[in-house]
Amino acid sequence: MTDATHEGAKRHRSLLTVDAQTKKRNAAEARFKVYGMVAILAGLTFLVVLAVSIIRSGLPAFSANMVQVELTLSQEQYAEAEGQLFKTRAYADIFNAAFTAELRERGLTTEFDPESIERIIGQPGATIRSFYRANEDQLGQPVTFNLPTASRIDGYFKGRLLRENVTDSRFLTLADLDLADELKEAGIIQSQFNWTFITGKDSSVDNPGGAGLGASVIGSFAMMLVVLFLSLPIGVAASIYLEEFAPKNRITDLIEVNISNLAAVPSIVFGILGLAVFIQFAHLPQSAPLVGGLVLTLMTLPTIIISTRASLKSVPPSIRDAALGVGASKMQAVFHHVLPLAMPGILTGTIIGLAQALGETAPLLLIGMVGFVAREYPDGLVSAFMDPNSAMPAQIYTWAARSDDAFYEKAWGGIIILLVFLLAMNLLAILLRRRFERRW
Amino acid sequence: MYDAPTQASKLDQTDIKITANNVQVYYGDTHAIKDVSVDIVDRAVTAFIGPSGCGKSTFLRCLNRMNDTIDICRVEGQIKIDGEDIYDRRIDPVQLRAKVGMVFQKPNPFPKSIYDNVAYGPKIHGMTRNKAELDEVVETALRGAALWDEVKDRLHTPGTGLSGGQQQRLCIARAVATKPEVLLMDEPCSALDPIATAQVEDLIESLKEQFSVVIVTHSMQQAARISQKTAFFHLGNLVEYDDTNTIFTNPSDPRTESYITGRIG
Ligand SMILES: Nc1ncnc2c1ncn2[C@@H]1O[C@H](COP(=O)(O)OP(=O)(O)O)[C@@H](O)[C@H]1O
Ligand SMILES: [Mg+2]
Repeated sequence: MTDATHEGAKRHRSLLTVDAQTKKRNAAEARFKVYGMVAILAGLTFLVVLAVSIIRSGLPAFSANMVQVELTLSQEQYAEAEGQLFKTRAYADIFNAAFTAELRERGLTTEFDPESIERIIGQPGATIRSFYRANEDQLGQPVTFNLPTASRIDGYFKGRLLRENVTDSRFLTLADLDLADELKEAGIIQSQFNWTFITGKDSSVDNPGGAGLGASVIGSFAMMLVVLFLSLPIGVAASIYLEEFAPKNRITDLIEVNISNLAAVPSIVFGILGLAVFIQFAHLPQSAPLVGGLVLTLMTLPTIIISTRASLKSVPPSIRDAALGVGASKMQAVFHHVLPLAMPGILTGTIIGLAQALGETAPLLLIGMVGFVAREYPDGLVSAFMDPNSAMPAQIYTWAARSDDAFYEKAWGGIIILLVFLLAMNLLAILLRRRFERRW
Repeated sequence: MYDAPTQASKLDQTDIKITANNVQVYYGDTHAIKDVSVDIVDRAVTAFIGPSGCGKSTFLRCLNRMNDTIDICRVEGQIKIDGEDIYDRRIDPVQLRAKVGMVFQKPNPFPKSIYDNVAYGPKIHGMTRNKAELDEVVETALRGAALWDEVKDRLHTPGTGLSGGQQQRLCIARAVATKPEVLLMDEPCSALDPIATAQVEDLIESLKEQFSVVIVTHSMQQAARISQKTAFFHLGNLVEYDDTNTIFTNPSDPRTESYITGRIG
C-alpha cells in the first residue's frame, strides 16, 4: 500500500528481498497447506485403522479347520440307523466309533474318550445322514467326509480361544485341546478355505461352522434388481420431466424441495412406511426381498433423481439450442442429445444409490429381514423375490447379535464381503463414467 | 422513433420474406423489445447492429420462436413469414424451425460425428428415403458451407474435434441441411479468429443467393462488408432500418450516427 504512494522514491525495488506483506502471505499459505495435510493424514489414519481392524477380525471367517475322515457305511448299518428313533444320533455313533477306531489304529499317543471326539467334531450325524440319503449308491464304499470342527476348537486354532481361559466343562476340556493339537499335527485337522462361508446358508445358533452368507447374497441381489428396475426408470423419467419439461412454478418448487428433503429422511422411516404399506396394507409377504426392494426403491429414488437432475443440468444449454434450432422437438432434443450426454452421470448416481441401498440395514429391520434365519436358498425365480430371505447387512447384524464368538467373527467376515461388493460397484461406476466420457 | 410504413415503402415490396409488426418482448417485467416493426427482404443479408443488451438476439430469436423455450419470455405483436403469422396457434414451432434455421454465437456442434451432425436435421424431418439420398444431402450441405473439402475424408470423426471456424461452418451446414428458407445467425463470428471470420463471411455472401439471411453482429465493419440492409437497435427500440450504405454513410437518426462513429456502445 505504502509502496504504491512512494513509487517515485523507490523506483528500484529489488525483487530479491521479500517484503513484509509477501512474507505474511507466504506464511499463511504454508500454514494452510499444513492444515490440509494434517486433515488428510487424519482421514487416512482412520481409514487405515478401519481397514486393518476389519481385515484382522474378518479374515479368519474365510478359513475353517476341517476334519477329513474316511468312512465306510454298510447297507446294514444304514438300514439299522434309519430304523431308529434318533437317526442323526445313530449316525453320529457310527461315525464316532469309526473315527475312534481309526485314531487308535494310527497309534495316537494321547488318551481320549469317545466324548472328546464329539466335542471336537461337533455333531456330524445330520451331515452324514443327508449325504447317504442322497447318494445311496455310495453305501459300502469308502467316502471321505470333510467336516467342520466344533466352533470352540476352530476358535482355539484361530486364536479366538486361549488355552489359559479353558476350564474343563461338558463343552470342552484341556485334554480335548491336547488331542486337537495332535490331530492337527497329524494332518487330520486342516485349515481350509471356507467356501461354505461364501456360498452357504445361515445355520442354527449352535452350528457356526456351517453358516454362510450365500443365501443372503441372493436376497440382496434380488432386492437390488427390484431397486434397479424400479428406481432407474422412475427416477430418470421424473428427473427429465422436472428438469426439461415442467414449468418453473410454485408446485414444481415444492416438489423439488420435497425431493431434496426426502433424500435426508432417515432410512428407518422408509422401513416403517414399507411395513405399513407393503406388508400390512398390500399384504405382501414379510421378510421378502420384493418388499425390501420396494422399500429401498423409495430410499434410492431421491438419490437418483438428484444426481440425474444434476447431470442433466450439466449438459450445456447450447446443445439443446442446437437441436431445437434444426427443428427437433423438445423430446427429440432431450432423448437424442441431452440424455446420452447425461448418461455417465446418471449411471454413476444410480450405482452409488444402489450401493447405498445394498448396505442399508435399518429399513430391513422393520420389514422382518433382520433376524430371519435364511436356512434355505430360494428355489426359483419367484421364490427369490417372494419367499422370506435375509440380506447381506441383515445377516451380518443377525450374526453380530448372536452370543457365540464364532458368529461375531462371521459378522466381520460378512462385512468384508459386503465391502468387496460395494468397492466393485464403485469401480464399475468409475469405469462406466470413463468409458462414456472417452467417447468424444 | 422509427416509422414503419415510410421506411418499408423504400424496400422492394415483392421480395419481402418476413414482416414484423409492433413486436413487444418481455422477460418477466423487463420490456426487452419495444414496438419493433421491420420488413426483412428475401435473398439478401440483413444485419442487426447495436450496443450489447439492446435486444438484437431477443428479436432474432422471435423469428424462429426460440424464445418459446424461455419460461418468462412473452412475445406480443405480429410476425409473418411469407404472409403466415408464425405466432398463430396452428403453427407448430418445430416445423417453423425447420423453415427458419439458426446458427448460434458459440459453435455448438453435437458431440457426434461430422456426418451425424449434418444428417440429424434431414433425418428427424424425414427428408430422405435412403442412405444414398442422405449422403447426398450431407455432401450438398457441407459443400454449401464450404467445408466439404476439409472434412470429406473424416466424415465419421467427431465434429467437436474441428477447429472453431470449421465447427461454426459445420453448424451452418447443419442449419442449411434442413433446406430452410431463412437463416438466422447470432454473432456467428464472435468466437472466431480473423481468418475463420473471413471464411464464414465469404460463406454468408454465397448463402444469400438462396436464403434470406439475418445476422446479428457487434462488428460494424462486418455489417458494412456483408449486409445489404442494416437495422440499428438501441435499448430495445429499432432506431433505424435502411440500406446498409445509407446507414453507414448518411444515417438519419443522431443515435445511429453516434453509434457508428463509436460514441455509444
Ligand atoms: N433469458 C433472459 N432472461 C431475462 N432477461 C433476458 C434474457 N435474455 C436477454 N434478457 C435481457 O433482454 C435484454 C436484451 O438482451 P439480448 O437480446 O441478449 O441483447 P443483445 O443480443 O443485443 O446483446 C437485456 O437487457 C437482457 O438482460
Ligand atoms: Mg446477443
